[in-house]
Amino acid sequence: MLITVSGEKKEYAEGLTVTELIAQEKVEMLEYVTVSLNEEFLQRENFDNQKLNDGDVVEFLYFMGGGK
Amino acid sequence: MKKIAISKKIYASILEHANNELPNEACGLIAGTEDENTRTIEKVYMLTNVDKSPEHFSLSPSEQLLTVKDIRANGLKLLGNWHSHPSSPSRPSAEDIRLAFDRSMSYLILSLMNRNEPVLNSFHIENGTSTQEEIYFTGE
Repeated sequence: MLITVSGEKKEYAEGLTVTELIAQEKVEMLEYVTVSLNEEFLQRENFDNQKLNDGDVVEFLYFMGGGK
Repeated sequence: MKKIAISKKIYASILEHANNELPNEACGLIAGTEDENTRTIEKVYMLTNVDKSPEHFSLSPSEQLLTVKDIRANGLKLLGNWHSHPSSPSRPSAEDIRLAFDRSMSYLILSLMNRNEPVLNSFHIENGTSTQEEIYFTGE
């Protein structure tokens, strides 16, 4: 199945979960990453069970912040 | 280390937004193009500082998502983020360094400590260390 990850279309195995996608994409510092699926933000506790489907669009957004 | 090219017009828009947000820190994203030597900022995005604080900033994730989509729609690349320091120098604070998770980004900091002489610098931050990137101004 084809999934668009961070703007790039890629082929993945059927039945892939968000957790498996994160591992395949080698996403670092996961605790500071927000994941959106088809423009909806996902709750972290749902990553394991959230299966992906053909045509899905996933974004990994790093927290951006700081201080003086 | 790549150089950062920014037009005077884009710089002026960052400065204006940062001044409008005082006394709080202002923040946003920068997008553009890059080659082996230079990152050229073509577009700047003003995002909401959800912390609404003179000493901290956090970008809104929902605005971040919309911005990333707009950047791609314009055929540009996300180059980094920017934020202002209303009363401290243009250098990454310990918190800025600790929270710089993406080493592919350039981190621009605009100091308004001296309101008559604002200072904009850019930094590469990786493994807890910041290195200044050369900025040069172009065009109008």
